[in-house]
Parts: sequence; C-alpha cells; structure tokens
Amino acid sequence: MSFSPADLRARAETEAGGLPALVLSAERLAAMIAPGAHGLRRAGPGEDFWQYRPAASGDTARSIDWRRSARSDAQFVRDREAQTAQSAVIWASAGQGMAYRGGTDRPTKRDRARLLAMALGMVLLRGGERVALAGQPPRSGRLQADRLAQSLALQADSGADADEPPLEALRPNQRVVLIADFLGDPAWVTDYLARASALGVKGALLQVLDPDEEVFPFDGAVLFRSLSGRVSHDTRDAGGLRAAYLARLAERRDLLRHGAQGAGWHFGTHDTAAAPSHALMWLYQVLGG
Amino acid sequence: MLILGPLGFVTPWILAALAALPILWIILRAMPPAPRLQQFPGVALLLGLRDPVPVARRTPWWLLLLRLLAMALLILAFAGPVWKPVQRAAEPGPLLVVLDAGWAAAPGWAGRQARAERALQDASGDGRPAALLLTDGRQTGPLVFSPASDLLARLRAAAPVAWSSRLPEDLAETLADQPEGRLNTLWIADGLDSENRADWLAQLTARGPVTVVPPAQPLMALTLHSDDTPSLTLHTLDDQAPAILAIGPDPQGTPRELARLTPGDATEGAADAGIRTRPVAIDLPPELRNRITRFQIEGQNHAGAVVLADDRVRRRKVGLVGDADSAAEGQQLLSPLHYLRRALAPTTDLVEGGLGDVLDTAPDVIIMADQLLQDETPELAEWVDEGGLLIRFAGPRMAAYETLPDEPLLPVRLRPGGRDIGGALSWGDPRGLAAFAADGVFTGLTAPDEVAIRAQLMAQPAPDLAARTIASLSDNTPLITRAPVGQGQVVLFHVTANADWSNLPISGLFVQMLDRLVASARVSNPTEQPAQDREQPFWMPEQVLDGFGLAEGAGDLAPVAADQLALGPGPGQPAGIYAAGERRLALNAGTPLIRADWPGAFVESAADAPGRDLTGWLIAVAALLLALDALCSALLMRGRARPGRAAAAAGTAAGGTAAAGLLVALLFALSPGSARAQDAAEVLNPELLRAANEVALAYVVTGDAEVDEISRQGLQGLSRALFYRSSVEPGEPVAVDLDSDDLSMLTFLYWPVTDGQPVPSPLAYMRLNHFLRSGGLILFDTRDGDLAGLGGPDMGASLQGLAAPLEIPPLSPVPEDHVLTRAFYLLEDFPGRWQGRPVWVEAPPAGAEATEGVPFRNLNDGVTPVVIGANSWAEAWAVDDSGMPRFPVGRGYEGEEQREMAFRFGINLIMYVLTGNYKSDQVHVPALLERLRSEEVMP
Repeated sequence: MSFSPADLRARAETEAGGLPALVLSAERLAAMIAPGAHGLRRAGPGEDFWQYRPAASGDTARSIDWRRSARSDAQFVRDREAQTAQSAVIWASAGQGMAYRGGTDRPTKRDRARLLAMALGMVLLRGGERVALAGQPPRSGRLQADRLAQSLALQADSGADADEPPLEALRPNQRVVLIADFLGDPAWVTDYLARASALGVKGALLQVLDPDEEVFPFDGAVLFRSLSGRVSHDTRDAGGLRAAYLARLAERRDLLRHGAQGAGWHFGTHDTAAAPSHALMWLYQVLGG
Repeated sequence: MLILGPLGFVTPWILAALAALPILWIILRAMPPAPRLQQFPGVALLLGLRDPVPVARRTPWWLLLLRLLAMALLILAFAGPVWKPVQRAAEPGPLLVVLDAGWAAAPGWAGRQARAERALQDASGDGRPAALLLTDGRQTGPLVFSPASDLLARLRAAAPVAWSSRLPEDLAETLADQPEGRLNTLWIADGLDSENRADWLAQLTARGPVTVVPPAQPLMALTLHSDDTPSLTLHTLDDQAPAILAIGPDPQGTPRELARLTPGDATEGAADAGIRTRPVAIDLPPELRNRITRFQIEGQNHAGAVVLADDRVRRRKVGLVGDADSAAEGQQLLSPLHYLRRALAPTTDLVEGGLGDVLDTAPDVIIMADQLLQDETPELAEWVDEGGLLIRFAGPRMAAYETLPDEPLLPVRLRPGGRDIGGALSWGDPRGLAAFAADGVFTGLTAPDEVAIRAQLMAQPAPDLAARTIASLSDNTPLITRAPVGQGQVVLFHVTANADWSNLPISGLFVQMLDRLVASARVSNPTEQPAQDREQPFWMPEQVLDGFGLAEGAGDLAPVAADQLALGPGPGQPAGIYAAGERRLALNAGTPLIRADWPGAFVESAADAPGRDLTGWLIAVAALLLALDALCSALLMRGRARPGRAAAAAGTAAGGTAAAGLLVALLFALSPGSARAQDAAEVLNPELLRAANEVALAYVVTGDAEVDEISRQGLQGLSRALFYRSSVEPGEPVAVDLDSDDLSMLTFLYWPVTDGQPVPSPLAYMRLNHFLRSGGLILFDTRDGDLAGLGGPDMGASLQGLAAPLEIPPLSPVPEDHVLTRAFYLLEDFPGRWQGRPVWVEAPPAGAEATEGVPFRNLNDGVTPVVIGANSWAEAWAVDDSGMPRFPVGRGYEGEEQREMAFRFGINLIMYVLTGNYKSDQVHVPALLERLRSEEVMP
C-alpha cells in the first residue's frame, strides 16, 4: 500500500486537523535572519507594523510613509518589526526495511513515516514555518504542502536496507526531524548529530517500528532475510534468540537516546500498531516546547 | 525356517534389516525441520547471534518410537512370521507325494501345489528321494524317484484335469522303483472317493506313514439328469445352496448370464451322511433355453461345477409327416402341417418329408398329422421302441378308416367314425377342455375357456384309458392320450392339427402343449445305442474344459469312439462338447459326490496345518501405526500454530501434505489427455475459435498479397450471399496459415493455387490430412480458367506439388447426378470468373446404379474431400467493402448471370460441406422429378 500524493495529503490533513498550528519554540530566534512569523521586537524587515520614526538621512524617499508624514511636518518612516521564519527539515527514511509490515492489520513503516512527516509538515506550514524535506529548500505556504505531499509520495526506494539523510543539507538554525527505523548501522546518526549540534541545529529522532520488530514473535527454524535480501541470518531456534534480540534493540535505543540527548535532540519511538496521532502529538510537544 | 519360541520365520534373513533401525533412529532424530523463510528488517540486530541450543525442535521421542515400531513390524512381517509352525519330525526314507489332480482338486489348486512344494522342499533339504504321483490317470509305468528339487518344475506345471481323479491300477507296478526305506506318503486329496483309493491307502499305510491333506473348502458338483424333462442336480457337502447360472450368448453374441436357477429343497443321501442333493429345474422359455451353452454353480471354478448344454438340453429335431401343402396361399391355412410348423419352428429343428425320409434323419420326435401307417410300420415301431416320441394327430382320413381299431402305434384303441359335438345336426355345444392333471406332462398350463372341440375321435373304453389320458374334455372324454412303447412313447391328439375339428391349434395352448411334449422326448443317446450305420461311430471333440471349468479349444485331441465316450470323461476325452455330424453331446465332469475316508492315515486338519501366518496382521498393525503417526504429526503441527502465526503453521503443515500434493501434481502432469488439452488450448488461435463459432469460411494464405486479398473478398461475397439466401450465416472469412494454424475447427478451406506458394511443412500436411479425414473440404482453385486447354485442372505443376502429400481419393469430373448439382440450387455447370471448365471431385464408386425412378445414383455416401477446378471462383464472388463486385465477369447481362451461377455454385458447395449427402436422400425426389419434367416440357 502506498499513498498517492492526494491521498497522503488527505490523510495527513486528518491527522493534523486535531492540532493547532505549530510555531516552533523561539529559542535562539534572535539570531535569525530570514523573515518569518517570529517577531524580533526590533525594527527590521517584516510584515507587522513596528514603529514610525523620523526619517533620517539615508532613508530613501520611497521608504517615507507619506500618510503619516502628512499629519505633521516631519517625514516619518514606517518601520516594520523584524520577523523571521524558522525552517524545519523533515526526513523520512526511504530504506527498503521501511517497507516491512508484520501483519495486514497495520500499515508499512514507510507509510506511517510518510504520514507522520506530511502531517507534521502541514501543522508547521499552518504555523507559518518554512518546511522542506531534507535536501530541498524550505518554503512556506499552502503550496508547499502540495509539494511536500508530492515528494513524499513519489519518494523512491533507496534500494538499500537503510539510508541516511544528506549531511551536507544541514543548515544552521534549522529544526530537523528524522523519521526512520534506525535498525541499520547507527554510525551515521552520531556523525549527523555531532554536525547538527555544531551548526546549532536541533530536532528529534523518531524511530518507527513494526510491533513484530519490538516483540520478535518467531519460533523454530527460521531463515531471516532483510527486505533487500542482502543480509540474512539462519537460526534453528528463533524463540531462543528473542531475549538477545530484545536486548540488542534496547541497546540500540539507548544509543540513540544518549546521542540525541548529548546533542540536545529528542528521541522518541513509535510502533505502527499505535495511532499516528500519538507520534504526532509527541513531535508537536517536543518541537513546540 | 527360523524358530524363536512359538514364532517361526519363513525368510529369516530379512530380519537382518532390523539392524538398520538404530541408524534410522539417528537419521530421523538428526533430520532438522526445513527452515522457514521470514522477511525481517531487524536482521541487522540478529547478526552474529548464536542459537542458544544447537539443534532445535526434534521429532518428539514418542513419535520417533512410533515410526520405528512401525518399521520394525514391517520388517518382521516381511520375514514371514508364523505362529506355532508345525514341525513334523521328518522321517527318513523316500517321499511319495500323491497329488489328486481331478476336477475336484481345482478349488484351492494353488494351495495344494504350495503344500506339495513345501513337502518336496523339505525332502530336498533332507536329501530324501521323492516321487510325485498326479492322479490324472495318465501315469503309466513305475514312478521315478529322484531328488525332490527335480520334481518342482513338474509340480508347478501340473494343472487339474476335467475328469475325476484316477489312481493307477497296480500299486506294486507303480512303486516298483521305490528306494529302500519306509515310504512317507503325503496325499493331497480332493476329498472324493475313487475306484481303487481304499485299496491304495491300505497298501501305502503298509509301506509307511501316510499323511493326508484334505481339501480346505467343501466341494460342490453339478450333474445333468437327462430324463423326460432334463434337470440339473446340485450335490453339496454342506448346507450351501448357491444359485446355478445359465450362461449363453446374448443377442449380440457375447456370453453372459441368461438366467439364475435356484436349487430346490435338499434331500440328504441315505448312503453318506452330510451329502446333500438338490434338484434344479431348468424352467426357462425354450428360446432362452436353446441359447444356453453351459450351467455353472455360482462362485465355483472347477469342471465339476459346469454342465455343458448339448442336445439333451437344447433343440429337439422334429420330423413332420403329413400331406404336402397346396401351393395356393389360402389353402395353407387348411393344412395341419402349417399349424405344427408355426408352433414348433421357433424352438425346434424341423424336418419334413415322407416317413422314410424323416426316419433317416434320426429325429427325436416324429409328428404325423392324420396319417395311416402302412408299410413303414416296422421301421417306425423300432424307432419308437428305441426311445422315439411319436405324436399323431387325428383327422378325417383316420375317422374314415374302417379298420381303425387295428391301427398300430396308437396309445389307445379308437372307435371308427369319431363324433361331432355342437354341429348343426347334433345335440349339445362344442366342448371345452377340462383342467389338466396336477402331475401330468401339462401341469401348470391353463386351458383357455375359448378352446372348443367340435369333433374328435373316440377311444374304446379300456381299463387303462384313464391312466393314458393326459388331457380330456370337460365331459372327461380323452383328448390327448399317451402310452409308452418300449423306451419311447406314442401320443395321440384326438383332434386334427388344423382348425377343422377344434380351435385348439389356433390357441396359444397348442404351442405350449407341443413344447412340453417335445421337451419330454428323450434325446437319442449314443451311449445307449449301438453304433448303427445311421449313427456316427466317432465323436470329434469341439470344445473341452480344463480342470477349472474354463473352455478351451479341442486342440489335437483324437476323435473318440462312441463306446469310449459312454464311459464318461477321462484321459484323452476330457469334459467338453463332442460332435458327430449334426449331433452334439456334452461330457460333463460332475459326478455325485462320495466322501472319502482315510483309515490308518494321519489327516492334517486345516487348523494346525501350516501354523498361523502373522504377516497380514503385522502389516495391518504397521499400517495402523503409520496412520497414527500421520495423525500425530498433523496434531503436532496444529499445536505449534498459535493464533497470529497462521503463516508459520501453514508452513509446517504444508510439509506434511507436500508429498501427496506433489504426487497428484505429477500424475496430472503425466496424464497425456490433460497435456494434450493444454497443448490445444495453447495453440488455438482465437480467430479460429471465432471461425468455429460463426461457421466462418476460411482461405489459405498463399503469401501473394493480391491473391490473399481476392480470396478474402471472394469469401466475403460468398458469405454475404449465403447470409441473404440461406440459413447459413457465416462470419468474416478467416485467413489460415497452414504452417501454424490448427485446422480442426474448420469445415471449409479455399485454397487458391499460385506459382510461388511455399510448400507447407510435413506437420501442416498431417493437419490437412486429418482435416480431410474428419470431414473437411478443400476447394482448390487454379484460377487460370484452363487457359492452357489441356482439359484437366491446370497450373498442374503447382497443384500437384502442393496436393501430392494429401490423401486424395481418385478424382473424376463432377458427374451430372452429383449432390453438388442439387445441394441448394439445381446447377448444370459450376462457373466462376471463367466458365465451362471441368470441376473435379472424388470419383463415384464403380458399379453405382441408379434406383429405378430416381434420376440420380446414390453416389456419395461420403463427402468428397476435395473439389478441384480452375474457374477462379473467388474473383467471381469478390466484393469490395461497399458490396460491389470487384471484377467483371463475362459480358453484359450474360456475365451477371454467370456471376449469379457462380454464387449458386458457392452456396451449393457450402451446403454440401455442411450437410453432406443429405440431398441424396429421397425426401425431395418427388418435387425434383416434377420440376425436371416441367423443364423438359418447357423448351
């Protein structure tokens, strides 16, 4: 099951409909240059009125507010409050492992990840933020929602079991949300977080897993094979591996959580059997707080 | 044989396979279940993990035990276990095996052979000399004692014979070569007493111990009791009374069971307790009875259970003596012989002629209608005295005979004159018949009320008159009387055999009475008659039985003299059918049963004879265990499958049924029928399917685009014409590529012959020939209008090249009376774009003649497979898409007429293809005649 853009957008609308517009928390907004919804309490480029000030030399004639100036003799310039828009970058893994689902009663991880990414993007766009998928220029506005939906729905499989977000696309002062299963080699996460914290980028890691991956309900002789078929593991007693697997999974999560905390990021998990709104709510809190 | 306690094993070396069981245990244990493939993204987390327990999920030990037990039981079973085998201490000394080989030994013959073989093998193991005596009466001279193993081949080749067991006459002579030592005798008996058996037994017991193996099943035999009314007798040794099957050819000539006879009540023989005889009446309609070739006890397969039917059971030969018939048709009904003939012909063989001629044919019955005996009397009296049945009818001639009371060969003395009842000048009414006596020959027949006697001859009162009367009138005057004369009998009907004196001859009762009387005639038996010049002294065996009661050819058996045959079946004259001239005689093996007793001999009882064979039981238990194993395996798999993991369960359960599924799949794959069906389905072109559905016309693609287009348009034009004018509504024409298309769906193929046409492949010719054989028709069109003027179809080389591999019958130009000329339209010529060229079809059969009054011969029982011509019909038929003719034909109005005729030829041809020779039927002859006549008149 895969979404068409319109479909994805409609479902994301439903999920996002329950949340008010998200305005990213305004830390470090002072340093922002790009205009946006975050008022900087000083004059600058923006849309909202800030103050009238007497025109000084250097102000162009165009900048004089003639209506205000007409009421008195001096010329006034209409200043606007400097505004900035926070830009948020969302990345949903396109690894083949994401195409897994343990049962027909639940969506694949990829579908869930896309749904979450789209819903989050829409909430952010409604808040006036600039949103983009990793590697694309952040933009705001309703049209961007369409573009998001388009790109998400048409996102190609990476071909490998796991993929990585483009490291070079990190820009300072972005918010980054990474949605993946983080089951592959986690080395890139550490690198990514290190670079992000160096650039002052904050964000969240959301691990989307199928319930089967969390519980490991297998028994007997099983030949496990990754979805790309590149990795396989043969066992005679899958049930006996359960404890070891769960330990490794917990270890992986600890690693991710510690990494995230160290970089000032957040780490959350989500399983596809749960409602997507849970994860969305968590992201909302983490990003909005 | 290996003996372990009470258990013996026939082939103990198979037990060595038990050593393989531990290996089997290890293999079964170590055999891991096949892993199931599971796609799982979290494999990365599993990498490097090791299974906590190296071997997972073994077969449970109890299941393993179950399987091993089953295997062990199978091995034990094949080793031939016997419970408490009998081990009779073998005495030293030579062994004599007396194997009864008469018909009575045929039931259970294999068992007897096996028993004898066992004894011989034992003797062979002990190195004792042995001899085998088959009591088929063919043993002459002293028996040869040889190593027992040399006798096995002879024993295996031995078969029961179709006569009773016979021991050689002189025991001392037979056993002259007996080696030293006490003679051990094993007598495998058939249970019947024979001539010198008691004598033999006594002498054999004197020479050494005798062991007797009695038959396993009680014996039955069937004998024919040839009396006035032939009947069967069933002899049994117990209370069973199986049905007797009457077997004979059905109307198609296939032998089958014609009737089942039920034996009557048993009468126990006084002489020997336990032997029961039951009469079996052959109470069947004569037509059915005459068809019977053999009677057989149901479920018994030996010669003694078979009675072959011969003349005694079958048709009697009846001689009719009377005045010659008048030639005129009306007067035949007045002839007495007419009624007799009609009554007897269905069930008997009739001979007519003068008394002397009839006597020469040795009939069983002679019927004389109103004849007075004159000089033939001594010969006839002799014939009756020897067992002939003479039936005489009264008549005006006898009534007028003055010395009637002195007439010989009458059952009663008659008064001359007779009497009239119910005539115009007499008192009283015509008399009816009295009911028949309950014990007479006519018992069971009912006298119909409408039978009335108007005149009869009267018997002189005599003391024995009542005893000789077998049918009388309602006033007790005798109507039919009978008297024995010597071994034969004389019967007199006191009325005529025609309807003059009574209407008895025209009632159904007459037929039944004659049947009864004729059936009571004794069939002349060669065994009781001295061979005369009239009798055949030798009898040729026609068909003989083997010991199992199966018929076989007589082979090179020598003819048997009549006096030899009287001795019954024996060596050189097995039970069977023997023929001499017209007469056929059956020798039957069955005899009354006489139980044999065995004083002084050890009789093996069936219970302890060979010990109890456990093989069957063990195999059954093993099969049960294996079934239990399958059940447990299935349960085990179900136990593993918990909710939410249906896929896992399906995976394991599939393993169990995989083998069966594979087998079934394999069988289906190998089944040739389905394979062929699949091939056909693959090859069939949807276009051809459409052609079959719509009766579309088809043409052969020649490769020349222009010609192909003309063919298509031509057939399209013809299809349209058919659509408008007839009930044939063909679809769009179909192009057929001979090399690739299957022709089996088509009926008609138009094949324009071109120069450059590639010759079809051999496979294509195979399909074409099949097409022609299965009723298809090919219209070859050389399209050249015979411009070369050679008379026959031209473009000869191409046509010959193309058509040579086809199975085409001899051809001739279409005869004037061919069905093609009148299948739909009446045609004289078959023009296409060209005209007047001969069209060739299958030649009419030589010697076909026209029926009188029919203008055509009945020529075409089959449809001609090809029509060959040069008239380029497709061009005449061709229409373009707007329906206009594409090519000009002829000139002006005449040309259009020619085109019309071309269409008519096409329609006739298609009708001919579709309906075959239907028009040869006579249905339309009157109309056609009428029209032909008017056409003749018109010009």
